[in-house]
Amino acid sequence: MTVGRIAVVGASAAGLAAVEALRRGGWSGELTLVGDEPHLPYDRPPLSKQLLSGDWETDKLGLRTAEQLDALNMDVRLGTKATALDAGTRTLTLDDGDRLATDGVIVATGVRARTLPGLARLDGVHTLRTLDDALGLRTWLSGAPRRLVVAGNGVLGCEAAAVARELGHEVTLVGRDPLPMGRLVGDGVGALLAAEHERHGVRQLTGGLDGVETANGRVTGVRLADGGTLEADTVLLAIGSEPAVDWLRADAALDTADGLRCDEYCAAAPGVYAAGDVARWYHPGHGRHLRIEHRMNATEQAMAAAKNLLVELGVSQDERRPFTPVPYFWSDQYGMKLQAYGVLAGADRAETVLLDKEQRQVAALYGRDGQATGVLAAGLPPRQIRGLRAVIATPGPWEEAHQRLLAAVGAE
Amino acid sequence: MNITLDVDKCCAAGQCVLVAPEVFDQRDEDGIVVLLDAQPPAEQHAAVHEAAAICPAAAIQVDA
Repeated sequence: MTVGRIAVVGASAAGLAAVEALRRGGWSGELTLVGDEPHLPYDRPPLSKQLLSGDWETDKLGLRTAEQLDALNMDVRLGTKATALDAGTRTLTLDDGDRLATDGVIVATGVRARTLPGLARLDGVHTLRTLDDALGLRTWLSGAPRRLVVAGNGVLGCEAAAVARELGHEVTLVGRDPLPMGRLVGDGVGALLAAEHERHGVRQLTGGLDGVETANGRVTGVRLADGGTLEADTVLLAIGSEPAVDWLRADAALDTADGLRCDEYCAAAPGVYAAGDVARWYHPGHGRHLRIEHRMNATEQAMAAAKNLLVELGVSQDERRPFTPVPYFWSDQYGMKLQAYGVLAGADRAETVLLDKEQRQVAALYGRDGQATGVLAAGLPPRQIRGLRAVIATPGPWEEAHQRLLAAVGAE
Repeated sequence: MNITLDVDKCCAAGQCVLVAPEVFDQRDEDGIVVLLDAQPPAEQHAAVHEAAAICPAAAIQVDA
């Protein structure tokens, strides 16, 4: 084949892992990395943790130095958006008007913070997805104690609420779920988290967000769906995210209903692959499509997609391999670290083993259709937590997994 | 092979230990990474590179 060009769209963890895997895998042709933010690739999990708290400065988030990126011999286009992809001809259009003919494309555009109509530009209303978002919110948090309302009690809202509270602000956490992260982690772990937020003095309310109250173009409070209002100096919208697929919608060959739909090889169309938060791919082990917004998946999936693309292009003589990871995520709130393996989302069953409430030691099993698919733990020794991965590495019968979980945490 | 750990970045995921248990371990008290073998033999190199690549905190750097 002629050696042409591969374009990777998205310059965060997944995009970076993709370009590195492409070079490592033998791609010697042109390589273009497109990122809509102006920054070199940086790490996002610390945005709601060490960066927000002020423990870390921006330079600690950089994933590679400029020299390391130079060594990849790429055409890096930062501050540039991809506006269209013609999957049939693998032609990429950028917002600077450039059209790039490619041999292959890896889509790694991630997700965007969801907002409410009319709120995005309002003074005092924040989202938390990008470095600039985090720095904007941090500026406010670095001042004297104020009133913060965090709308949304998923992982992001809970982490940000914990940081703000530890910095001494008056924090109200409002979510549709009666328990923090409840929809994901279930009632048992959710109750433990609720107690932790309560112990630290975060006010928790259940309810949807209807809108915000303003005066002179600045937020003064939030309106809840049940008609109540809360006064606030600042509001953080942590109400979920949307896959960044708008730019792919013009091509009817691509399914962008919830992220970019891919097969088990992470391919959305011939020569078009996806990785990271934006990719909804078929996981053969779970027998369904999954879209995973966790840091580790970004890297692992990007490496898998890059390898498979190189096989398809004839650069690698290997075989294409299905991407069948055991997903992993963690969340830090106060001194508590939650760690989970497998798939918790979409569970129809959750069982929590509370080992020690005072020490906040807990383990929990999640599953659906009689199969165990995920496990979560907090407060356990590292060796025990690592041992839990094997319990659900392959989804299996619930009872069997439950017994293995109890054995692994010494609670038989 | 030169392995550099940034223990300040380490998030105690333990993924490096799962991939390369002869090279990495975790402290019992907080799960922070510990380097068991700073000069691992050649047969460990692929696993060490893998561990560095998948570390969700980007806390492991490997040169050569």
